[in-house]
Amino acid sequence: MKELKYPFDVEYLIKNKKKIKRELLNKEGLIEKNIAILGGSTTSEIKNMLEIFLLNYGIKPTFYESEYNKYYEDAVFGNEELDNFKPDIIYIHTTNRNIMNYPTIVDDEDTINQMLETEYKKLEQIWEKLQEKFGAVIIQNNFEYPYYRLLGNKDVSDMHGRINFINRLNDKIYSYINNHNNIFINDINYLSSCYGLDKWANQFYWHMYKYALEVPAIPYLAFNIANIIKSIYGKNKKAFVLDLDNTLWGGIVGDDGVENLAIGPEVPSGQVYAEFQEYIKAHKNLGIILNVNSKNEHENAIAGLNHPAGILKPDDFIIIKANWNPKHMNIKDIAEELNLGADSFVFVDDNPAERHIVEETYEGIGVPEIDVPENYIRIIDHNGYFEMTNFSKEDIKKNELYKDNAKRSQMMATFENYDDYLKSLKMKAEISSFKPIYLERISQLSNKSNQFNLTTKRYSLADIEHVANSENYIKIYGKLEDIFGDNGVISVVIGHIKGKELHIDLWIMSCRVLKRNMEYAMMDELMRRAKEENITTVYGYYYPTLKNKMVKNFYEDQGFTLISEDDKGNKFYKQDVESYKNKNNVIEVEE
Amino acid sequence: MKREEIFERLNNVFRDVFDDESITVSEKTTSADIEDWDSLEHINLIVAVEQEFGIKFNMGEVTTMKNVGEMVNIIESRVK
Repeated sequence: MKELKYPFDVEYLIKNKKKIKRELLNKEGLIEKNIAILGGSTTSEIKNMLEIFLLNYGIKPTFYESEYNKYYEDAVFGNEELDNFKPDIIYIHTTNRNIMNYPTIVDDEDTINQMLETEYKKLEQIWEKLQEKFGAVIIQNNFEYPYYRLLGNKDVSDMHGRINFINRLNDKIYSYINNHNNIFINDINYLSSCYGLDKWANQFYWHMYKYALEVPAIPYLAFNIANIIKSIYGKNKKAFVLDLDNTLWGGIVGDDGVENLAIGPEVPSGQVYAEFQEYIKAHKNLGIILNVNSKNEHENAIAGLNHPAGILKPDDFIIIKANWNPKHMNIKDIAEELNLGADSFVFVDDNPAERHIVEETYEGIGVPEIDVPENYIRIIDHNGYFEMTNFSKEDIKKNELYKDNAKRSQMMATFENYDDYLKSLKMKAEISSFKPIYLERISQLSNKSNQFNLTTKRYSLADIEHVANSENYIKIYGKLEDIFGDNGVISVVIGHIKGKELHIDLWIMSCRVLKRNMEYAMMDELMRRAKEENITTVYGYYYPTLKNKMVKNFYEDQGFTLISEDDKGNKFYKQDVESYKNKNNVIEVEE
Repeated sequence: MKREEIFERLNNVFRDVFDDESITVSEKTTSADIEDWDSLEHINLIVAVEQEFGIKFNMGEVTTMKNVGEMVNIIESRVK
């Protein structure tokens, strides 16, 4: 439900929670869970808010709520009602109001350590008793900071300070949690700092109603607890589905061109997108699958993702849908291809209209209301889509399976020879004379290819247009697709015709498709076209640069004959068209 | 803001908070007149009223308010 996403309209939630609850109860397939709230302060509104956030996640809670500040008694001494309730989850809502022993300036170190132990043991006793009795999952608050500092700045560094004491106490809680299963931290220390501690600790609510946080902060608390619970029950999101233009970079790649996109360190708007890409990319290691859903020519999308200053590269994505289909239709395809439900996706798009239709189409899909780029990370992050309660090493491995490169090398190991492997990739190439929609990409490739580039001749878009429209050139581009996806336009060859001679002015290929025999497929096609044009001899040139050593012996490898080499290493070759034999036998070529 | 207008807006807040479209508040309305108006709902009501009118009640005001009329008095004195 739209209203239950971060950031919240707190006023609306407080006023309409009953209405919201009624609506959510109509949802189908709710799973029922018993949740006990053991509070050290008033919890009524926490329960109400938690209920609607959980319903929104498809979890229907039945609550047990301890009497006011009876969390310790309920847990340690038991209570018939709680015993009969059989909780699945026990939430312990303690706050710094529940710390009984704080150090004072006159206490010595032993006394303070003793206090710390006393406060900690009280909690440990609660957890052990509850585990022993119920075997339920426990969610424990850490402690938030006090809203005043008796020792000023020293409060944090000196053992007599309350902030220092709370940090030490929290550390003890964490080390217990890190060494035990079925107990999770609810980080109210972080929540209160995001919210603003002075507001969070608004004392009006404590003195009036014994709420340890102000009531308008409760949706944030309840949402955080609900995120932990939904994660425990396997309802985390699993994949990002990302728009490109003005989402992963500033500008529109199809209109502005790759070189004009805002991404990278030069300008503030480029920095913000680069940082956002970093944030998204970091999710890969957490086992989150990245996908693209963009209204774009596929080539443009790939070109944008290959922007040298970009952090995310085409290989980071499992599925790239860059086409002109409606986005919600692409999501259906992505879901089918990944064999995941659309409700496990987080769809990130700067366009509110796209967000709206996707949200209306797929119940439960995560659609963060991102506004300006500098807020993207915060808004996505604070929605808690990927709460890591059950994170394990297996998650990392699981994601490896999705990774193309890992797949490729795994496959390689099982093949007798490299040709067999290449054949298994089911590569399909489109090799054809220049077409208008690719001219930008072709010009771009000629300007940024340095390694697999025989002559390092650069072509502006106007140059490429000239070549495209002239009869005096054979000019072909190659696109390569395999079982792992489409690589887009990755190779370009331009040769000028001089009577019965063809001179190869430009030969470039993207390093992404090295060692795939694409260069043979390109040469076969070049020779076929040369023959059509009644050319008898093709001449090749290699001009060395600092970066193109990898193609030093390119023409030798292609079977050309070396005619001359000067002292700078410039080499000049020729090849008879008549005696040329096709070399590609692993790529299926179409025009 | 006129007293009638405050009442009208207040009435909507009451209806939302208690999820009851039949509620009509008057000067003399107290918690005894509305079924769900207990101390726990009272806090939600206060928060909702504060947000509706963009004001903050202080503790003294909340503890001494005796009926809706007194609440309106305070609101009236805050919003001009």
